[in-house]
Amino acid sequence: MSLLVSFLAQQPEPVQKVVDTVTTGEAITFWVLGPLALAGALGMLFARNAVHSALWLVVTMLSLGVLYMVQQAPFLGFVQIIVYTGAIMMLFLFVLMMVGRDSSDSVVEVIRGQRLAAALLGIGFAVLLVGSVGRALTSVEPAGLAEANATNGGNVGNIGTKLFTEYLFAFELTSALLITAALGAMILAFVGRDGKPAKKTQKELVEERFQDGKRVGSLPGPGVFATANSVATPALLPDGTVAEESLFDVIEATDKSTLSDDVAEVAGTAHEPDAHALKGSES
Amino acid sequence: MTQQFVAAEIGETAKLLADDPFWLILIKVVAIFAFLVVMTLFMINWERKVVARMQHRPGPNRVGPNGWLQSLADGLKLAFKEDIRPVLADKWVFFLAPVISCIPAFLAFSVIPLAGEVNLFGEQTALQLVDLPVGVLVVLACSSIGVYGIVLSGWASGSPYPLLGALRSAAQVISYEIAMGLSIVAVIMFTGSMSTGDIVGAQATTVLGFAPGWFGFLLFPSFAIYVVSMVGETNRAPFDLPEAESELVGGFHTEYSSLKFALFFLAEYVNMVTVSALATTLFLGGYHAPWSGEFMNTGWWGLLWFIIKTLGFLFIFIWLRGTLPRMRYDQFMRLGWKVLVPTSLIWIMAVAVIRTGAIQQLSTAQRLIALGVVVGLVLLVSFLLPDKKVQDTKGVPLAGSGFPVPPLDLVVPKSAPKRKVKVATLPKETAAVTTGKEAE
Repeated sequence: MSLLVSFLAQQPEPVQKVVDTVTTGEAITFWVLGPLALAGALGMLFARNAVHSALWLVVTMLSLGVLYMVQQAPFLGFVQIIVYTGAIMMLFLFVLMMVGRDSSDSVVEVIRGQRLAAALLGIGFAVLLVGSVGRALTSVEPAGLAEANATNGGNVGNIGTKLFTEYLFAFELTSALLITAALGAMILAFVGRDGKPAKKTQKELVEERFQDGKRVGSLPGPGVFATANSVATPALLPDGTVAEESLFDVIEATDKSTLSDDVAEVAGTAHEPDAHALKGSES
Repeated sequence: MTQQFVAAEIGETAKLLADDPFWLILIKVVAIFAFLVVMTLFMINWERKVVARMQHRPGPNRVGPNGWLQSLADGLKLAFKEDIRPVLADKWVFFLAPVISCIPAFLAFSVIPLAGEVNLFGEQTALQLVDLPVGVLVVLACSSIGVYGIVLSGWASGSPYPLLGALRSAAQVISYEIAMGLSIVAVIMFTGSMSTGDIVGAQATTVLGFAPGWFGFLLFPSFAIYVVSMVGETNRAPFDLPEAESELVGGFHTEYSSLKFALFFLAEYVNMVTVSALATTLFLGGYHAPWSGEFMNTGWWGLLWFIIKTLGFLFIFIWLRGTLPRMRYDQFMRLGWKVLVPTSLIWIMAVAVIRTGAIQQLSTAQRLIALGVVVGLVLLVSFLLPDKKVQDTKGVPLAGSGFPVPPLDLVVPKSAPKRKVKVATLPKETAAVTTGKEAE
């Protein structure tokens, strides 16, 4: 981060600079950020924790972004930071955090021949990479951006012109691809309510509850006219009859004989405690 | 209308800044750092005082003159507190997170123009650290890195509430950054440059002869969208869902204490200052006075106007916090994706059409025809929209059970003013008081 600060502070204005040689500052930045980017890539591979891996990748992306800026492509550099580190890696982190902190690499081979194929493809890719980088080092003349940055509205203006004239078709194709991907993801992830009616709103629920003619308030408890406040005692209506709604289903359904002890106890007709009982037989 | 805006010289500030000697850059760096820290201390105190005033209480008034040193004392106290790291925390990430959230907050301020051309220690320069050709993107990039601090702190704490706060924050910042970026696009289209210096320069015009040609007036929808999304971007009330204290304890910083917590605090307030400063730069003419001409409008006067405008935005932050309750998460997301983003997309289309029309020098007849076509299209679309379903207003009868239930749309009539009831007072008598000892 402090590198970025010092870079921002010392960045000479690209509009003014029309030289295409590697300046000292640029060389220093490269030799600092290059190893950092490499370390980030290796760290991503070897970190045990998935979130740590993602963070190492962020280091690499940030280093690359700053390198773009130093190489006179400030727009590309900042877009790299905003889009890759800001949006894409953030989504990665989002998913990783959902997965859980303790999830680590699985070493079980799921697809048969996966490792062999991966190794072959990896070697092929490495050969391609070494070949192209080697060619870039020996026989390619760097074009440089200094001239492009100084004319025709500068860096951003030139990128815009190119995108909307020469590369318009590719640009539109990319956008179509992205929209297709987004739509596909939405369709795959969408959990439809097949056959189920739409969820009722709060208002509909209330209206439904009131319209059925059901009782909305609480059931009448043992009323003021009842003789006791036990749940087993029905409420009495003003004319002395039993209010049906106050009857408790469970108690009503219970056989009366099972409650006879309780009834007797309440009524005072149950077996009274008797001190003589301790003696056993009367003598 | 357009010719005025094209007039601004592209890259003027950049040329002015290009020959700054190293010591001047160093002075500017230190000054910006000091400015932001002092603004943070001031903001915390100001916020507490203003919110207190809104709630009819005095607020901090003990430390220093009128209590203005309260936040300084709090900050010192915070630094000496015990630093606690939970057992389950991820050691390095837990340590890195506050640093990551703090540094970009300061970094973003480097592209903000505080004033125009001034003479600083015999050196002609602008009160701005750098003026990159992609200046506005620096602020966006910094805010997108800053959110890593929040997300990582939540994850590294190893406890559920911070994790929830971090998840909320990740989704929140991504969605509001899109709205923010789109609101900036219209400004960039009008200026023809992304450099903050040029954007301020392009606003040094007048409209209709007297009103300042600030983009806040000319591009009002963009301005409104920016102001809403800047509150969302800084996690402030009513959008402070990542640290919703009534739901998530403290949100992402629940497990933090001491200096690490102080860094989060600092980052939040510095971010507020930065987005306010960017709003000033993009929409309120930056360091320009509200009138054109030389009077109080050159050199160091710019700093005054800039600070006044920024403080205005900061006051809005406080005002919102003192007024609005927190939004529910789904409401918040709906606002971002279904209101702010589509509105700004349509608005950008409109701006593009207007700009093209202005550049092509159309005749009045052509303009009127274009306007007619647009109005016709809007009318056509509005006819195609289905009517809103008429709600059945008589849907709620009284309950069938005979219970006298009030209808749902009951309007409670205003009660009559209460009559004063005379309260009977007891005649004062010397009560016979006996102590316990006497009773013994």
